[in-house]
Amino acid sequence: MKPPLPKGLTPKPPRPGSKPAKNGARANGASVNGDPKALKKAKKHAKRESLKTQALEVPIAMVGWLDERTGGGPFLRAFLFRKVPKGTNWYYTLGSATLFAFVNQAVTGVFLAMYYNPSTTQAYGSVNHIINDVFLGEFVRGMHKWGSTVMVVLVFLHMGRTFFFGAYKYPRELNWIIGVVLLILTMAMSFTGYLLPFDQRSFWATVVGVNINASGPILGPYLADFLRGGAEFGSTTLSRFYAIHMLLIPGLIIALIGAHLYLVSKLGTTAPPWLKAEKARELAEEEI
Amino acid sequence: MNKQEKEQYLREYSILKSQGKPFFPYAVFKDGTMACITLAVIIVMSIVLGAELGPKADPTTTSYTPRPEWYFFFLFELLRVIKPPSVVFIATIGIPTVCMVLLILLPFIDRNPERHPARRPVAMLTAVTVIALMTYLTVEGALAGAPGKITLKTPPQYQAGKYVAAESGCQGCHKIGENGNAGPGPNLTHIGARLPRNAIARTLVNPTAPMPSFVALKKKDPKKFNQLVDFLAQLK
Repeated sequence: MKPPLPKGLTPKPPRPGSKPAKNGARANGASVNGDPKALKKAKKHAKRESLKTQALEVPIAMVGWLDERTGGGPFLRAFLFRKVPKGTNWYYTLGSATLFAFVNQAVTGVFLAMYYNPSTTQAYGSVNHIINDVFLGEFVRGMHKWGSTVMVVLVFLHMGRTFFFGAYKYPRELNWIIGVVLLILTMAMSFTGYLLPFDQRSFWATVVGVNINASGPILGPYLADFLRGGAEFGSTTLSRFYAIHMLLIPGLIIALIGAHLYLVSKLGTTAPPWLKAEKARELAEEEI
Repeated sequence: MNKQEKEQYLREYSILKSQGKPFFPYAVFKDGTMACITLAVIIVMSIVLGAELGPKADPTTTSYTPRPEWYFFFLFELLRVIKPPSVVFIATIGIPTVCMVLLILLPFIDRNPERHPARRPVAMLTAVTVIALMTYLTVEGALAGAPGKITLKTPPQYQAGKYVAAESGCQGCHKIGENGNAGPGPNLTHIGARLPRNAIARTLVNPTAPMPSFVALKKKDPKKFNQLVDFLAQLK
């Protein structure tokens, strides 16, 4: 005959909807001889088991909580498990790689902004400080600088892929237009960011760049005045370029990337154009 | 595209899509791999090429040659080619704006329902021409406008010295052939006829102010220094 179990160790009657305790039997078996040591061990074991089941339920409960309030589950499932057409190859990764390069620019840019000072007297010194004193400063600035080159290259490659695969045609015309606007914004990012280190090279290139804008008909002079923050190249110019570079254009880019991705997931990525004819024939045979 | 072509495309696309694999994990795996490659490239470029800072911006200098980021070289070159002031705005604003508008309107200009590159000869020819033109202008812009470029014809054995002279910024104060500023230093185009080789070497190490001394180069890289002296000595 088994001795009666202590109250805390008796397995509770299962609640509706809960799973039966897996290791309950083992916990009971350990306390057969009533040895206090074994009893203690069994108690500890049971406690651990119940903690484990509770811990396992936490993420599920959290996801459930979120899903109940946002209704995001079906959307996420549709996004992740949507099918991509047959023949999707490595050329299709250029778009997401561009997005990743943008994320790299955003993250490294945030760290640079922590030390950068957009005033004509301090800018050069603060960049020097980033390069020479800040831990990994030169590395992060290098990642931002060369990340921009990588991003521009990826943007052009992504555009080339879209063009050669005919992916800008019906029904994806709008996504092409958003993409071209993103290309222009990326170039504008590069132009406004070039001034910020405030060394000779960046200063004179920007002076020329703004003068180029000024040479435009009708709107040109106004655009140049807006960029300079007046008729002359001064301290307002630098802070203006900084604000455009880190607030205005990134905001626009993020919004447009959102629209771009929404359309991609809604319309789907194209299949490689050379797959088309073959598949159609196969289908015709199937239909017969 | 007319209605029938649109419907046909959507039908074929839905078949290809249904035969495909789910985005997660198949496409996500490829995208993730590509993201890792992108990050690795950026990190390697950052470590190898660094992020050095030039001299501080000085609005009072006038001799500095402005250089844009390399992917603007094609615009830069366009500006160099189109010189007459009355038509400069065509190069600066006109051509880029027209190109961007054409690019935005591309889906409405190219209404050919075909998607296979082989069956879109006009589009392919245009694209290849545009890419070739942009590459050509970029390369030209990179070479022609380089601040340390000396176009003088040089015998092959003195080429190395010419590059040293170009990268040392001699043309900031000296004229060498067609390149460089006419002052404050003397014209170097025929310096070899006026000074013997060892006098040139002595002047480089111990120059008259404000010319900077090349003694650091002589100590650090004597071979380069000698190439520079050889190049200057043969300018007759």
